[in-house]
Amino acid sequence: MSWAAKDLGDWVETAKRDPRARWLGVALIAVALAVLPFVAGAVGGRGWVRIIDFALLYVMLALGLNIVVGFAGLLDLGYIAFYAVGAYTYALLASPHFGIHLPVWLVLPMGAGVAGVFGVLLGAPTLKLRGDYLAIVTLGFGEIIRIFLNNLNAPVNITNGPQGVNRIDPISFSNFSLARPVEVLGIDVPSVHLYYYLFLALALLVIFVSLRLENSRIGRAWVAIREDEVAARAMGINTRNIKLLAFAMGASFGGIAGGLFAGFQGFVSPESFILMESVVVLCMVVLGGMGHIPGVILGAVLLAAMPEVFRNTIVPVQQQLFGKIVFDPEVVRMLLFGLALVLVMLFRPAGIWPSTTRKRELAS
Amino acid sequence: MSALLEARSVGKRFGGLDALMQVSLGIERGEIYGLIGPNGAGKTTLFNVLTGLYRPDEGEFLFDGAPLPVGEPHRVAAAGIARTFQNIRLFANMSAVENVMVGRHVRTRTGVIGAVLRDSGSRAEERAIHARSLELLEYVGLAGRRDESARNLSYGDQRRLEIARALATEPRLLALDEPAAGMNATETASLRGLLEAIRADGVTVLLIEHDVKLVMGLCDRVAVLDYGRKIAEGPPARVQRDPTVIEAYLGGALHA
Ligand SMILES: Nc1ncnc2c1ncn2[C@@H]1O[C@H](COP(=O)(O)OP(=O)(O)O)[C@@H](O)[C@H]1O
Ligand SMILES: [Mg+2]
Repeated sequence: MSWAAKDLGDWVETAKRDPRARWLGVALIAVALAVLPFVAGAVGGRGWVRIIDFALLYVMLALGLNIVVGFAGLLDLGYIAFYAVGAYTYALLASPHFGIHLPVWLVLPMGAGVAGVFGVLLGAPTLKLRGDYLAIVTLGFGEIIRIFLNNLNAPVNITNGPQGVNRIDPISFSNFSLARPVEVLGIDVPSVHLYYYLFLALALLVIFVSLRLENSRIGRAWVAIREDEVAARAMGINTRNIKLLAFAMGASFGGIAGGLFAGFQGFVSPESFILMESVVVLCMVVLGGMGHIPGVILGAVLLAAMPEVFRNTIVPVQQQLFGKIVFDPEVVRMLLFGLALVLVMLFRPAGIWPSTTRKRELAS
Repeated sequence: MSALLEARSVGKRFGGLDALMQVSLGIERGEIYGLIGPNGAGKTTLFNVLTGLYRPDEGEFLFDGAPLPVGEPHRVAAAGIARTFQNIRLFANMSAVENVMVGRHVRTRTGVIGAVLRDSGSRAEERAIHARSLELLEYVGLAGRRDESARNLSYGDQRRLEIARALATEPRLLALDEPAAGMNATETASLRGLLEAIRADGVTVLLIEHDVKLVMGLCDRVAVLDYGRKIAEGPPARVQRDPTVIEAYLGGALHA
């Protein structure tokens, strides 16, 4: 049979070529990611590496929110609260504020755990809500957390209020602190680069966990709830537990990112956790391609980089065009940002990189 | 042996409307039990109360002699009752095989840790879920459409997929809400073959259906609901001759 021979031939070809092509691709990406901070540092200075560091934090945040919004279909407008919880957990347990200095390997997982508990606390009362109503309640939750952080400085000073927490311990592993540059094989590796490698490792871990969850019994249950909650229940899914699990998992990713943020910045205050931040992370998820992990990563990187690119181009462009600054750079930046969002939603309503419906296999 | 499912004076009200009143019935193991009645008689409501989507105002269900959990659909599914929906409720953006795989959820256990670590136990379970789901697609005649999203399937195929998904939960009682609605004669005939195969495999079937020919030909017994009350029960041939039924329901259809 000619078709059988052709199929077999194709199959052998694919088997022969595919793994090698795959490994080559993986190797290229690995090398690119390894040298990225040096290239970025050489081209644009340490500021660029810092931007990349933040982009990696946003990747973790967006993937966490993607579990709740993208997989389980629960619209959460207060997600940044979990980032705040992770950041403050780190800040309070590893700084002179209380004089507690727990090690990173303890305080980062604790941040993830505490954020996960807060995820359940948010999830439990909202189990019966969907869509707009859920969005409003989660928005309120996010604000409540921020307001608590702002006001828990009296009568007992827990969070140090609007001043925030200072001199947070940098991330270090026994004697090796990421805050101090090191020399490897005669090459200077500055602190931002060291943080880059740590953030990259954890972002890869978060990606890995997301991918594994997506293609699992739990991931299917999340998507089933998103697609039709009544049918999901009738098929035997305990929607209460599975939704709480989504809230907890999503929140714990945010908690890890928050801990890293606190250690990296050395300073946290409630201002970093405003509603706008929740909106930005949600935009990353929606713009990239809700529920599609590569799309969400792309959305996070693009939206994290875009404001910085604008920051570095708006002023020079205006100087070139008009010889002086005519429009307030901040205003132009927000304008372009909004315009980009509108354009993407108009022309790619499912996101920049949505999941493609799997091609039908030549089964019969 | 007692009946597989027993409804004991089940009542359900919506505001002032009695959707179900004192409905009692018993379904024997291995039979195909028909539930018929005019539109708005309360058939779907009985399904919703049975499967825990609604709470009954009165009465209870005994399944295999034990009371069914109330208002907890996932526990009803775990107890061994699966259903389909009158207005198809598939997971539209999931593929056919994924829809069926969701049905395996209640009979499997891999959690977050197993999913992330993919230890040998979770891998074996995942393989078994996949293999069983493909078998079920084949069983209902959808093997060739396994990677198609549910939303792209034809109406008849969607109804079959709902049956496959329900069977994936390993039910002892399969409750079908108008599975032949919108099907042409050929599709209905092959649906009939499928239901007979399901019964032959030891699954008891509770069938809501408007197609009188299908009900009369397939069901061992039928119950007739009218305005929330059970007005008759028995073998189809006898129910068909029952004057109350003829007056309430079949009469209209026969004279038409
Ligand atoms: N969720 C609900 N809220 C209010 N009324 C309902 C609801 N579900 C069904 N009903 C009413 O209960 C009656 C029985 O409906 P239903 O069980 O769907 O009938 P059938 O399936 O026999 O056609 C109808 O009058 C219907 O309008
Ligand atoms: Mg109905």
